Amino acid sequence: MSSTKVILIGGGLAGLMAAIRVAELGHSVDLFSVVPVRRSHSVCAQGGINAAKNLKGEGDSTWQHFDDTVYGGDFLQNQPLVKGMCEAAPGIIDLLDRMGVTFNRTPEGLLDFRRFGGTLYHRTAFAGATTGQQLLYALDEQVRRFESEGKVRKLESWMFLSAVLDDAGVCRGVSAVSLRSGEVRTFPSDAVIVATGGIGAIFRQSTNSVACTGSAQSALFQQGVHYANPEMIQVHPTAIPGEDKCRLISESVRGEGGRVWVPKAAGDGRDPRTIPDAERFYFLEEWYPKYGNLVPRDVATRAIHKVVYELGLGIDGKNMVYLDVTHLPREMLTRKLGGVLEIYEKFVGLDPRDHPMKVFPAQHYTMGGIWVNNENQATNVPGIFAAGECEYQYHGANRLGANSLLSCLYGGMLAGPAAVKYAQSIAKSAESVSSAVYEREQKRQEEIYDRLRSQQGEENPISLWKEMGETMTQHATVIRYNKDLQAADAKLAELQDRYHRINLADTGRWGNQSLHFTRELGNMLVLARLIVQAAALRDESRGAHYKPDFPDRDDEHWLRTTRAEYDNGSFKFQFDPVDTSLIPPRKRSYTSS
Amino acid sequence: MAEAKTILVRVKRQAGPQDTPQWEEFSIRWRPNMNVIACLIDIAENPVTSDGRKTTPVSYEANCLEEVCGACAMVINGHSRQACSALVDHLEQPIRLEPMSKFPLVRDLVVDRQRMFNDAKRMRCWVPIDGTYAIGPGPRIAPERQEVAYALSRCIFCGNCLEVCPKVNEHGDFVGAAIVNQVRLFNMHPTGAMHAHERLRAVRGPGGIQECDNAQNCVKACPKGIPLTESNNDVNRQALLDSILGWMFH
Repeated sequence: MSSTKVILIGGGLAGLMAAIRVAELGHSVDLFSVVPVRRSHSVCAQGGINAAKNLKGEGDSTWQHFDDTVYGGDFLQNQPLVKGMCEAAPGIIDLLDRMGVTFNRTPEGLLDFRRFGGTLYHRTAFAGATTGQQLLYALDEQVRRFESEGKVRKLESWMFLSAVLDDAGVCRGVSAVSLRSGEVRTFPSDAVIVATGGIGAIFRQSTNSVACTGSAQSALFQQGVHYANPEMIQVHPTAIPGEDKCRLISESVRGEGGRVWVPKAAGDGRDPRTIPDAERFYFLEEWYPKYGNLVPRDVATRAIHKVVYELGLGIDGKNMVYLDVTHLPREMLTRKLGGVLEIYEKFVGLDPRDHPMKVFPAQHYTMGGIWVNNENQATNVPGIFAAGECEYQYHGANRLGANSLLSCLYGGMLAGPAAVKYAQSIAKSAESVSSAVYEREQKRQEEIYDRLRSQQGEENPISLWKEMGETMTQHATVIRYNKDLQAADAKLAELQDRYHRINLADTGRWGNQSLHFTRELGNMLVLARLIVQAAALRDESRGAHYKPDFPDRDDEHWLRTTRAEYDNGSFKFQFDPVDTSLIPPRKRSYTSS
Repeated sequence: MAEAKTILVRVKRQAGPQDTPQWEEFSIRWRPNMNVIACLIDIAENPVTSDGRKTTPVSYEANCLEEVCGACAMVINGHSRQACSALVDHLEQPIRLEPMSKFPLVRDLVVDRQRMFNDAKRMRCWVPIDGTYAIGPGPRIAPERQEVAYALSRCIFCGNCLEVCPKVNEHGDFVGAAIVNQVRLFNMHPTGAMHAHERLRAVRGPGGIQECDNAQNCVKACPKGIPLTESNNDVNRQALLDSILGWMFH
């Protein structure tokens, strides 16, 4: 068996796991990342990773995990892969444990588990409150080991631009740009795995990292890769609002006993610590007695919206609610939640052990993403695979907390071997593809850059980005109206028009960040329009997608995957049936048992 | 009036490694809870100096913006630290931004910290597992031990400890506290410990632990509160013991 080379785009959890699997099979990897991989956004995941190991005598099972996930996702997932993921989870935790992840322990030296949203079981393994960081580091270290053996080559500070497609529409490699030198190059390969994460920058202030622009997904979409369920956007209920980003305050804070409340009296300006319990409105506990503060994120987010916008009970009349841990033992807080409480302390300047935190919902995750098949993470374009947040499987209409790290790892574990198998099955390898195919793509990409450099006009990329983010946050997050979505699409079209009048202050090549950002911005605008158009089409409410004009789930018409195809500047939508063969859809409600 | 309040930011600019550095000053509109990153975004939106001269946006590294990725380290008012957690209201003005000086400069505030990752490779900073296959659970670990390891494993490779270390300079090649701390971390893992000798041999080599002269600047500069001097001492002790044992048994 000859050795093959797989190109990986993105060095977060999914990408690194795929890289490990490819290298382990004896093949080589070119790993592209816009940041040194150890700085990828996976480090921001705080609370933990789900696996039904049932170490707390609760009778938990992988089936129960599967059921919670599908129920939490409002039945929009194709179920067989979700089942596979939940069944693989305990083994994945073992693997991470062997890699040296510093998971919290019980007195017996076993892994400790905590509760998370959308489940009644202690199913979440955690490493303090920086679990994503610890997982990413463990994988980064394994990849570094393969790098030292020459099996992985890292191309850090390189940004993916496009797939190289031959005349038959088969992927034969990628084009990328060096963020240092500005050089555009093509790289041949028989299989490409895309693991480029989230799209938070489209909403500007989200909980995501700077690199999460969705540019790669959009570029691929424009080249013919299908995109599914773009309208399914998760808004996390508890983040610290901020100008440069919204900083997540993990669901694990509630998992360890944190309580969400507002003063019962509107505009009650007292120090929250002096407000007696009877004068506090613990609205999640009152409205959802069974799950309390641990209802799924879409439910908690809408509840906060209702409290603030409909009942007018936001703290000091502002868009904020309290997330309170002051009643919990300090030592436990430090041991289990230190990392996240530290973020509040550093960025707000108050110790959450003494002061209730002020939080508000923020865009956090995209359940939708690159369309992949129901077996092995392959997209509709031969040779392109996708794993992690950038693809659409696993989470349906709403993701449960602590399932994202799991889906990244599981997707990466499937994609790596699948890409190798594909590369070895094709009759003609990239080596025999005419160099004209690569030259053509390189020229196309260089021309796009030349155009951006020579554009004249009065527009600025940051201003356009802010306007896009404002439009998206206002109209395409928690509550959606068709009229507003249509207005948002018109606004985005206007931004696309103004995009051609961006006048770059810097037209050089070396380290020109605004040039590359502008390149990404063009792609973000396409994805933004895809989100609002898909949201406008889905006339129902399901999971994170909520339309007051269509308040109920409508399985008859909308138990369907939205699947979009790029068509010369506009989008063609089709609606595929969802594989619900294992758990029949039932009404989703967290108000009582 | 509050809305007229401005922030003065001076940035040490350098177009490329071969170019001459020069300072530029920017005047930025103050808003509540701003950090240095928000200032840099403002400059990108309006790249005009405070004396009205058009310039280019400032290049800088940033990713997570919550001090967990390590990207945005720079020298702010003379102190090496993360720009995301540098809150404007806590900084003396004009705010001076400079690139870190111990790493090769790329452009403006961007430096190349690749040496840290290379050193991690050289010191074999990983747990060597047999494979990713389902071969059962990992070793049991006491909670007290996990707590020590967790504190060490929060290192974000920002490089602030190297920037402030007197032994990291053009004449010396000390790997720095961050990497020494990694050696301690992996040597304390039950599986990692089986290969402790390899790491200790590397950490006694060129640029190794012997270069540390215990200035203890590292521990003060660490944004994650990692007990770096404790790690230096611990690895020093391990390395010494390893070399004595090596001498006795070979």
